[in-house]
Amino acid sequence: MLQIRCPWCGEDRPEIEFRYAGEAHVVRARLPADESDAAWAEYLYLRTNPKGWHAERWHHVHGCGRFLNAIRHTVTDRIAVTYKPGEPRPTIDDQQGPTP
Amino acid sequence: MIEDDKGPGGNRFRTASGGRIDRSQPVRFTFDGRAYQGYAGDTLASALLANGVHLVGRSFKYHRPRGIVAAGPEEPNALVTVRRDWRRTTPNLRATEVEIHDGLDAVSQNRFPSLRFDFGALNDRLSPLFPAGFYYKTFMGPERFGRGASGAWARIYEPVIRRMAGLGRAPVDGDTDSYASRHAHCDVLVVGAGPAGLAAALAAAEGGARVMLADEQAEAGGSLLGAPDVMIGGEPAADWREGALARLMSFETVTVLTRTTVFGAYPDHLFGLVERLTDHLPDQGRGVPRERLWQVRARHVVLATGALERPLVFPGNDRPGVMLAGAAATYLHRYGVLVGTRSVVVTTTDSGYRIAADLAEHGVRIEAIADLRGRAGEAAEAAARAAGIPIHGGVSVLGTGGRLRVSSIRLALRDGRRERLEADSVLMSGGRSPTLHLFSQLRGRLVWDARHHAFLAQDPLGGVSLAGAATGLVEAPVDDAFESGTAAGVQALAALGMSGVGTVALGASMQSLPPADSVVPVAPVARHLEAASFIDFQNDVTAKDLRLAAQEGFRSIEHIKRYTTTGMATDQGKTSNVNALSHVSGVLGRPVGDIGHTTFRAPYTPVTFGALAAECRGTLFDPVRLTPIDPAARERGAIFEAVGPWQRARYFPKPGETMHQAVARECLAVRTSVGVFDASTLGKIEVVGPDAATFLDRMYVNAIASLPVGRSRYAILLNEAGFVIDDGIVSRLSDVRFHVTTTTTGAARVLAHMEDYLQTEFPELRCWLTSVTEQWAVVAVQGPRARAVLAPLVEDVDLAPDVLVHMAQTEGRVLGVPARVFRVSFTGELGYEINVPAGYGRAVWSALLSAAERVGGTAYGTEAMHVLRAEKGYIIVGQDSDGTLTPRDLGLPVGERKADFVGKRSLSRSDMLVTDRPQLVGLETEDGRVVLEEGAQITRDSAPAVGTHAVGHVTSAYHSAVLGRSIALAVIEGGRAHLGETFHVPMPSGVIRVKVVSPAFYDPKGGRLHG
Ligand SMILES: [Zn+2]
Repeated sequence: MLQIRCPWCGEDRPEIEFRYAGEAHVVRARLPADESDAAWAEYLYLRTNPKGWHAERWHHVHGCGRFLNAIRHTVTDRIAVTYKPGEPRPTIDDQQGPTP
Repeated sequence: MIEDDKGPGGNRFRTASGGRIDRSQPVRFTFDGRAYQGYAGDTLASALLANGVHLVGRSFKYHRPRGIVAAGPEEPNALVTVRRDWRRTTPNLRATEVEIHDGLDAVSQNRFPSLRFDFGALNDRLSPLFPAGFYYKTFMGPERFGRGASGAWARIYEPVIRRMAGLGRAPVDGDTDSYASRHAHCDVLVVGAGPAGLAAALAAAEGGARVMLADEQAEAGGSLLGAPDVMIGGEPAADWREGALARLMSFETVTVLTRTTVFGAYPDHLFGLVERLTDHLPDQGRGVPRERLWQVRARHVVLATGALERPLVFPGNDRPGVMLAGAAATYLHRYGVLVGTRSVVVTTTDSGYRIAADLAEHGVRIEAIADLRGRAGEAAEAAARAAGIPIHGGVSVLGTGGRLRVSSIRLALRDGRRERLEADSVLMSGGRSPTLHLFSQLRGRLVWDARHHAFLAQDPLGGVSLAGAATGLVEAPVDDAFESGTAAGVQALAALGMSGVGTVALGASMQSLPPADSVVPVAPVARHLEAASFIDFQNDVTAKDLRLAAQEGFRSIEHIKRYTTTGMATDQGKTSNVNALSHVSGVLGRPVGDIGHTTFRAPYTPVTFGALAAECRGTLFDPVRLTPIDPAARERGAIFEAVGPWQRARYFPKPGETMHQAVARECLAVRTSVGVFDASTLGKIEVVGPDAATFLDRMYVNAIASLPVGRSRYAILLNEAGFVIDDGIVSRLSDVRFHVTTTTTGAARVLAHMEDYLQTEFPELRCWLTSVTEQWAVVAVQGPRARAVLAPLVEDVDLAPDVLVHMAQTEGRVLGVPARVFRVSFTGELGYEINVPAGYGRAVWSALLSAAERVGGTAYGTEAMHVLRAEKGYIIVGQDSDGTLTPRDLGLPVGERKADFVGKRSLSRSDMLVTDRPQLVGLETEDGRVVLEEGAQITRDSAPAVGTHAVGHVTSAYHSAVLGRSIALAVIEGGRAHLGETFHVPMPSGVIRVKVVSPAFYDPKGGRLHG
C-alpha cells in the first residue's frame, strides 16, 4: 500500500485514504462550445498512458477531501512528488527512476 | 523402552539426550488416527520421525508415497490437515511447522482410502498420460468427452480429476475462531531472529531505534537452535542467544514477535505479518484470537531471512526417507531425532561432508558419501575420512529402492562400476539459496551468481539491509553472520540519521564475501532417468516434464513454469526453483543467468483467510447502513432489501399477504388515499456560498441560477461525456443556500464529482459543499389525502395549494419538530417530503403513519415506490439508465438555452445526434397478465435468426394495480419513432409480443401532482 503525502494535510497517509482520479493537467476548455468535435473528443478520451513518470490526480476522500496531483512512476509505483492543483507540473530527473 | 508408554513407534529414533525438547513433558497426539507420543518442543515432523514415521503424504498428481524432506517452512511434501473440530479444520499445514500439543489431531492428505494403500497411486502407473501441460491440454477440453456445462466432461471426468488432484479439503462451514489485526510503525523491522537478525536488532536498539523483530519459529534463535556446539564471540551460542534476547527485551522500544511470519512486502515499506497465537496450545480458550495480522510500516527493514537448502535431482529422489542433509542435522541437534540409522549422503557441497561426519559421530552409520562433483575441499574430505566414511567422488545416482520408505540407493561410480548400498535414509546436500523472497517483493533485483549457484541480491535497495545467510553467507561461520547482522543494524541507524554505538564498520558487503565452499554444477540426469527424477515435489514435476516443455517450444521460464506448474504449488518452489532453472538451462544450452527467475509473490508461506479478514467478518465484513426510521419499520414487520450499503424497507405485508398482494395494496393506497415512506437514504448535499447558484448552474443540465428562493427543480447531472450519472431535486432555501438531493447510491459519488469541479475547474467560485445525508430523516407523505393528513400536524407551514405549490418548499415545524417541508412527488400524486433532524425521524414517521392510517393510508416500501414511479415513467438512474444514455435518450430536458454545463458540449457531438440511439419508451405486453423480465432482450422479429442483434432491452417491469395490467420501461434504438408498433421479447418459454408506448402510463398530463 502506497504512502501518499497530501500537500494540503502535509502528512504521509496510507493509500486507502485516497481515491485515484485520473490524469492531471487535462484542462477543461473555458468555452467548451468553441471546441471542435475532434478537440473535445481528445479532451474526453485521450490520455498519455506513459510507461514512466505520470502526472495524476488523487482525491484525499477519507481525509481532508481535497484533490491533489502526484507524479508517479507507472512501472515502480513510486511517487516522486505531490503538489496542489493549479501548481505547475514539476520536472522529475529521470535518474531518480525507475529504481526507487 | 515400553511400547505402551510411548505409543506406536516408541520414540525409537530419539537420541538419549540433547535437543531443545523438554523430555519431562511428554505430549500425546494422533496422526491418521494412530496415537503417538512426542515431547514439548517437537514439531509434528520431528515427533513422527522420532517414531520412525517417514511416510506422511501422497503426491499431488501421481499419488506417490512421500516423506518429510525438510525441517522448516520450505517443506514440500509433508502437508497435513489439523482438525480442532469439524468447523476448525486447517488443510495444507506443513508438518515441519506444526507444533505438537496434547490432543493434536493431524491427518494426511491426498490419499484414498489410506496412506499405505492409495487407489490414486494408479496415476503413477499411468504417468505417461500426465505429461507437462496435462492440465492445460485436458481442461481446455476434449470435445469427444462431451464438453459444455452439462456434458459428461463437466459432470464426471473433471470432478474426478479435480478430486484426485486435490491438496487437502477446505472446511465447509464457517470458522468459529476469531482473528485480530493491528497496525504498527517502527524504525527498523528485522525479519528473522537467527544470529544475524538478533545482532541487527541489538545494534539498532542500542542506537535508539524503535525495533520490531519477527521470526516464524516458536522461539528466536534460527540456526542457533540446532547448533549447540557453535560459539559466538567466544561464548556458547545458547548462552549468547539468551543474553541477546534478554538485552532486547529490556528495551521498551523493542517488540519481539515469535511464531510470526513476515509474509509480504508492499510499497513504501508496508509489511504483512501473521502472528500465530493459539494453534500450538492444547486449549485455545474462548475469546482469544487464533491469529493476528500485523500491518507494519517500517522506515528501514533488515532481511535476516537465512537460506534454504536445495535437494538434488536424481531418479527416486522423492522416496520417503530421502531428505535434505541440513534438515537431518536440525532434527538431530534441535529435536534429538535421528532420521535413520543407515544413511547415504548425496552431495554437491562440502557441507554435506561435515554433516555426514556430524551424524556419524552421533551414531548414524554413513554407508557412503556420494559426491556428484569431481572432488571436494580438502578439509571436508579429511573430516569425513577421519570419521571412517567411504567417499565416492564423481558418481551419478541411478535410482533408489524401497516402496513406502527408501531401502537402497544405486550408484554409478567414476570407474564405471555400479554399486548398490542399503540405506534407510538418503541425505541430499545441494547447496543453499539465500531467502530473498521479501527482497524480490520489494522490487530488489536478483542476479545469478555462478560461484554460489544461487541468486543473490544485486543492488542495494533504499531502506533495505541484508544480513547473514540472506546475503550469500550460506556456509560461513556464525561469527560472520553475527558481524553481518551488526553491520546491518548500524547501516539501518545510519540510513535513519541515528548513530549506532556499535563499532562494526559497514563491511560484509557481498563483494567482500568469502567464496562459497563449492561450485555446484547440477549434475545432469541421464535422459532415460529424467521421468523418475523429481524437481518440484509438491506439484509432481519431473526433469522430463521440463525437457518436454522446452522441446515443445517454451523458452521463457515464466511460460515453462505455467505450462509444467513447476514452482506453482503452495510452497512456491522454495526447494525446486533453482533446480528447475538449472535443468532448463541444461536443456536449452543457455546459462542460468540468461534464463532469469520467476517472480516472487506474497505470501511467503500460506496465510489463512481468517487472518487476512481479521475483524472484518459477519456484520463487520461490509457494514450495513440503517436509517433512523429502521427500528420502527422493523416493528411494523417490514421486509427489507439491500440498496447499496443501506437496508431499506421493501414492503409491509399484512398477515397472510404475499409480496405481490402487499405491494398492490400499498400502491393503491397511495393512488386513492395516502402512503408514508422512509426516504432518508436519499443523498443530501447542502450547497452554500455567494456563488452557490452559479456553481450548481454549471453542474446540472437544468437552470438553477434562475430558481427563485422557496422553489425546487428536478435536476439531471451528467458527466463530461454527456451521460446521465445522477438526478435529484435542487431546492433554493435562500439566495446563498441550496438543499440538493441525490440518488441513494449516488450520494458519495455526486459529492466527489462536485468537489472535483469546484476544486479543480472552478476554484474561483466561493461555494462550499457539505454532505447532510445523515443529518436529515426524510418522510414522504404521498397521495390525494396527503395534505389532509399533514395539515393538523404543522406549525408555521402554509400548506394551501396555491401557496405551497408543486415544487415549492418551506421551513417550519412538523409535530413540533423543526422541519424542511418540500412539496415534491416521485409517485405522481400530491406529495410532501418532510425533512426533520435525524434523531426525530422515527417519532415523526410513526406519528405520520398513525395519522395516515386513520384515513385509510398505509406505510409503503421501495417496491411500491418503484411501481408508482414506473407508472409515471420516472426513471431510476442506474436501473433505466446505465451510464451510456444522454438526457435526450431518456426523454429529459437537454439544457438547450444554457451556455454551458458539465456534459453539454458532448451532447452535440455527432454520435450523440444519430437517430438510432437507444431511447426510453414504455412497453405493454399484449397479454396484460404477463410481466416482462427486467434485462430481457428486445427484437423486431418474432423469430430472429441466431446472431440477430437485439434492438433494446427491458429496464423495469411490474404489475400495476391501478392500471390492472403489467407495465414496463425499456430502451430501444430509435424507440420514440416506433410508438404503437409491435416488438418481440424472446424468452425460453416463448416469444412475448409487446407494443411500444409512451413511458407515462398513468395520469400522463400530470394533473394529480397539482391537486
Ligand atoms: Zn489531505
